[in-house]
Amino acid sequence: MKEMSGRSLLSRKADSLKPSGIRKFFDIVAEMDDVVSLGVGEPDFDTPWAVRDEGIYTLERGKTFYTSNAGLKELREEICRFLNKRLDVTYDPLHECLVTVGGSEAIDLAFRALLNPGDEVLIPEPCYVSYTPCTILADGVPVPIPLQEKNEFRLTAEELEEHITEKTRILVLPFPNNPTGAVMRRNDLEAVAKVCIEHDIFVLSDEIYSELTYTGEDHVSIVQIPGMQERTILINGFSKAFAMTGWRLGYCCGSREVLSVMTKIHQFAIMCAPTNSQYAAAVALRDCYSEVVKMREAYDQRRRFLLHSFRQMNLPCFEPFGAFYVFPCIKEFGMSSEQFATRLLEEQRVAVVPGDAFGESGEGYIRISYAYSLDALKEAVGRLEKFVTRLRG
Amino acid sequence: MREKILSLLERNSRMTAEEIAVLLGSSSDVIENEIRKMEQENIICGYNTLIDWDRAGSDTVTALIEVRVTPQRGQGFDNIAERIYNYPEVQSVYLISGAYDLLVILEGKTLKEVSGFVSSKLSTLDTVLSTATHFILKKYKDDGIIFERKKKDTRMSITP
Repeated sequence: MKEMSGRSLLSRKADSLKPSGIRKFFDIVAEMDDVVSLGVGEPDFDTPWAVRDEGIYTLERGKTFYTSNAGLKELREEICRFLNKRLDVTYDPLHECLVTVGGSEAIDLAFRALLNPGDEVLIPEPCYVSYTPCTILADGVPVPIPLQEKNEFRLTAEELEEHITEKTRILVLPFPNNPTGAVMRRNDLEAVAKVCIEHDIFVLSDEIYSELTYTGEDHVSIVQIPGMQERTILINGFSKAFAMTGWRLGYCCGSREVLSVMTKIHQFAIMCAPTNSQYAAAVALRDCYSEVVKMREAYDQRRRFLLHSFRQMNLPCFEPFGAFYVFPCIKEFGMSSEQFATRLLEEQRVAVVPGDAFGESGEGYIRISYAYSLDALKEAVGRLEKFVTRLRG
Repeated sequence: MREKILSLLERNSRMTAEEIAVLLGSSSDVIENEIRKMEQENIICGYNTLIDWDRAGSDTVTALIEVRVTPQRGQGFDNIAERIYNYPEVQSVYLISGAYDLLVILEGKTLKEVSGFVSSKLSTLDTVLSTATHFILKKYKDDGIIFERKKKDTRMSITP
């Protein structure tokens, strides 16, 4: 880019952000035919028909105007009711709940509302790709906490404590986790909560996969641990649970003080989340939980199928209990994740995401999504097995 | 466990006990045993294939026939239902609440064959008061399967 009057055209901060490691891979895949992809981060199910029908209906009735900045009151009430039912926590729909454009917007808003220049944000990795860039854009300093397979990629109190400094301000808690599928149990969260309270750390809990856990027990949120609700922003949304990624709708809940600042930024940047999606989402919460249960059961079956297949091909993989990803270890092949994924793509036309796209500690692993039909998974696993057998040859 | 086995088989009756065991986190012995028991208990009554006969080029016609009958003392509707369902061309017989009593689903090769059955066999039964025959023009969805739609994956192949 040409410089104007000696100054750079672009924001140095934005320009120096590292591009997502996934993007590069996407470009390669886009050029190829006959690829079986295991690389998506969104459900394969259609949005429940009742939700789509409500979307159509509100369009027909001409409900196409802005809503209030924080979102439709009836939707916020449904959200708070839902959280109360699922987590037994209380949020005031008027002052402690904000409807956002996907969970992603809520992540961005939270950092912008909470950080001052130089504040450190603890980010357990591997994790979703946006926490680090959003931290940097909000003048924070990202501090990765590399998680380990031997802990099933859960965050331990010791790991947390090791990374705390005087500048630590926020801990990101991305569980159930993309890309590892790890979940935090209640005792894990209690240990983490204790450290957070002791060091006065605020938590950004990204629980977008909360409805997709396979432990046989309900998802536990850190806001359920005594003393944590007031120091946590809870982020969730409709994309994963209700298969509504393209509707771009999420939400966050937290204290009135923080939420009012987040709503202010949201008001200037976004105005309000899509109206049509908001009406549809209210129906999702009100009428469609049985669909979530069905989808969860299907994911669980696929998860078992993949783990079984990996065992049969001796590919080491800890058992993940959340989201729709498995994160097998490929260290035995002596290649980087990217090399492995590239060769798998070139030789067998199977697309997976290299683990290091989610942080350095993801190196040596690949992310495999099971948001695919069983038939598609069977085909892909067959190809993967051929590839692995040849490598071991 | 039984309900989960059944809902898998309902979707795909060709799934083997071994496959089911993997999906449900069980062993194939256990699954095989459960399936056998459910067959014996007539919970699993058969393994059908869902066919779009139109697409297969077959010219069969299907009719829904509403039948009003006089119930018989001591027998209710069971006796008359049996006399109807024993005909092999009868696909299904349901006892229905509302304006009529039995719903009979009939398959025949031609319209003539179906109407022949209704006039000569069905309406001549003693207890049958009246019939109303509706021919099916097009099947959109049957047994939970939408016939015309083959789902294509239109998602971007790699997303974070």
